[in-house]
Amino acid sequence: MVFMAELDARRQQAKERWEQKINADVYITVGMGTCGLAAGAGDTLAAVQEELERRNLSAVIGQVGCVGMCSYEPMLEMQAKGQPRVNYGNATGSNVPEIFAAYFDETPVRKSVVVGEMTPTITQVNGSALHSLSFVDPEDRGKIAFHQKQLRVVLSNCGLIDPESIDDYLAADGYEALAEVLAEMTPEELIEEVTQSGLRGRGGGGFPAGVKWGLARKTQRWPKYVICNADEGDPGAFMDRSVLEGDPHSAIEGMIIAGYAIGAQAGYIYCRAEYPLAIRRLEIALEQARELGLLGDNILGSDFSFDMVVKEGAGAFVCGEETALMASIQGERGQPWPRPPYPAVSGLWQQPSNVNNVKSYAYVPRIIRMGAEWFKNLGTEGSPGTAVFALTGMVNRTGLIEVPMGITMREIIYDVGGGIPMGRKFKAVQTGGPLGGCLPEEHLDTPVDFDSLRAAGAVMGSGGMIVADETTCMVEFAKYFMQFACDESCGKCPPCRIGSTRMLEILERITGGEGKLEDLDEIRRVARGMQTGSLCALGQLAPSPVMSTLRHFEDEYRAHIEEERCPAGKCRTLITYEIVAELCTGCMVCGRNCPSNAISGEKRQPHVIDAELCERCGLCTEVCKFDAIVVY
Amino acid sequence: MGVSSNGDVDLTLMDEVFGKYAQQEGALIPILQAAQATYGYLPGEVIKLIADRLGVSLGKVYGVATFYAQFYLERRGRHVLKLCDGTACHVKGTPILMTAVEEEFDIQPGETSENGELSVEIVYCLGSCALAPVAVLDGEVMGRMRQEMLVRRVKKHIGTD
Repeated sequence: MVFMAELDARRQQAKERWEQKINADVYITVGMGTCGLAAGAGDTLAAVQEELERRNLSAVIGQVGCVGMCSYEPMLEMQAKGQPRVNYGNATGSNVPEIFAAYFDETPVRKSVVVGEMTPTITQVNGSALHSLSFVDPEDRGKIAFHQKQLRVVLSNCGLIDPESIDDYLAADGYEALAEVLAEMTPEELIEEVTQSGLRGRGGGGFPAGVKWGLARKTQRWPKYVICNADEGDPGAFMDRSVLEGDPHSAIEGMIIAGYAIGAQAGYIYCRAEYPLAIRRLEIALEQARELGLLGDNILGSDFSFDMVVKEGAGAFVCGEETALMASIQGERGQPWPRPPYPAVSGLWQQPSNVNNVKSYAYVPRIIRMGAEWFKNLGTEGSPGTAVFALTGMVNRTGLIEVPMGITMREIIYDVGGGIPMGRKFKAVQTGGPLGGCLPEEHLDTPVDFDSLRAAGAVMGSGGMIVADETTCMVEFAKYFMQFACDESCGKCPPCRIGSTRMLEILERITGGEGKLEDLDEIRRVARGMQTGSLCALGQLAPSPVMSTLRHFEDEYRAHIEEERCPAGKCRTLITYEIVAELCTGCMVCGRNCPSNAISGEKRQPHVIDAELCERCGLCTEVCKFDAIVVY
Repeated sequence: MGVSSNGDVDLTLMDEVFGKYAQQEGALIPILQAAQATYGYLPGEVIKLIADRLGVSLGKVYGVATFYAQFYLERRGRHVLKLCDGTACHVKGTPILMTAVEEEFDIQPGETSENGELSVEIVYCLGSCALAPVAVLDGEVMGRMRQEMLVRRVKKHIGTD
């Protein structure tokens, strides 16, 4: 058994080691999240070692999670003792020598980018501290644009600490909240504190976490279970992955605290199989926590015992629905069951269970340490705290962002995201993925919080935010989400199973140029059936993307139906490719690349596309260096 | 892998899997995952064996195995190309990538080429949306894919180039 005093001693050591690490002669970190690795962070690390050898330098090299600036991956940070810590983007293996030269010899960077100077930030409240980071522009000393409006709370450790080191987490005051809870709070006081903070479930539902915990506590049946929903299946969303990959201990600590609150002894983290790195880091973190006595019998010398395992999903979006998730943990088909009874009364194996999202749990240690009052004052009255979004699609700075609730969509897209690339026009922003809705230009000043978004016809969702520009066909966009819902419908209840299929057929008809105006009413009718008759949120919310695009972009639907025209130039049966003779140089590249041999013409003479043969694959527009091919 | 070239399945490889999960409640999914890791897919003989050993009906095991996208009941190609069609990838051009793959290798998503070399699958969101569109070739994640680049890399990888 490990007692409080031993944890304190270990934390002291960890803090000393942390100081040593960040004050090494040379300290280098490489972002090793999935995005970083996919962009080549493994090569970067190898190149760093080579370059250190070549320059005969010794350095401490560390790995960190995602700092959120995915478009700059791979990323590398370098600091010589007493010097600024500079973050470089596009730090591929081959660019590492130039980065070393830039840092040590002050030569300019050419292929890589100076993102900014990484500056640790500390927020102090009630004698507790929240360690985080920010990036400062080396020239004007202000925060870089991407960071100006961000506020990192749940992501505070991501990019700062080594996710595979419990000592790093301890050095950042990790597990202090757990120690405080076990030493000083009754479960009732703890639940009261979480309720007071106003924390709402970050899986998208927005149900008050404290109230949920209270219900599970009240049910007098044991065993009880704490379940973490890490089945982040929304296409276009990777918030939970980043938390688990960059700071797994914070979610684990939150779950242990929840276990104490509701009186559970066992926990499950249900993580989707598509996240192998997150699963590996969770397993490492759990093992470390066990070794330190933070999991297991009599945690920190108290009479509270708790342990948890990771359950790997098997590829089913519906398992993000809490009852389907529990069915899956039980080894069954992931099909939802009707509620009530709610999981707090009868959940996993019919026992009382508390299901929360990864971020909801990860907020908890911070709320306990910094106080409910502090958390409540971030964000808005109805939605305290911050919101984490995976900002993707047609926006200049894609990435993972954390902003205070109440910020507007416009600020997120233009200030944080840097606007739409290539001077194109913004069309819509979609939140909540396949179960969410989109907002057009005129709603861009909607504050981002649970209630305002719902009122505007979109939802908070679990944090996916996808920007569409004028080249996105909104009918095709809606069809895509319906295809997803149709594929992922578990098939248990007819409104969802049949409704999504019928809806998809109608949308296919419209994008295929065979739509009728009556189809629009039919869509509305089927949607109502799905919304009112489906068993779970998947079926109830699956019509949302279609309904919101129909509400805001009915003209696009009508153009497809009445004019047999796709205004965005996306729907293949409704578009034509043509070569502009004045711009064509007759270089013949398009002709060589055309898979259906539809392009002909003499060398150095304008080419033509045979509309009969053209399959509208778009390859020619991609290979043409003179922008001579137009779509209409 | 526990399947010989003529399709014989070595069932003794399952002993270790059963040993590991014998005492766990709700272990059917982890057992299927371990079996697939062993054989590359779920051969019928293995599914029967799992049903027998767990004392559940064959229907129950098939029910679970066919519900989840992760499980395969048929042998897959020697190489697997996954194209992400998550929202971000979709708006950034996965449909065009699909067309290129279909035309080059003459297979539709979900199919395996006739020579057994390549399987192509559509997956929804690998969580690397900032690198959209993303393709995964035998576990290697390739971001910001373009048609030509993708075809070239697949050809090179499977050795037809």
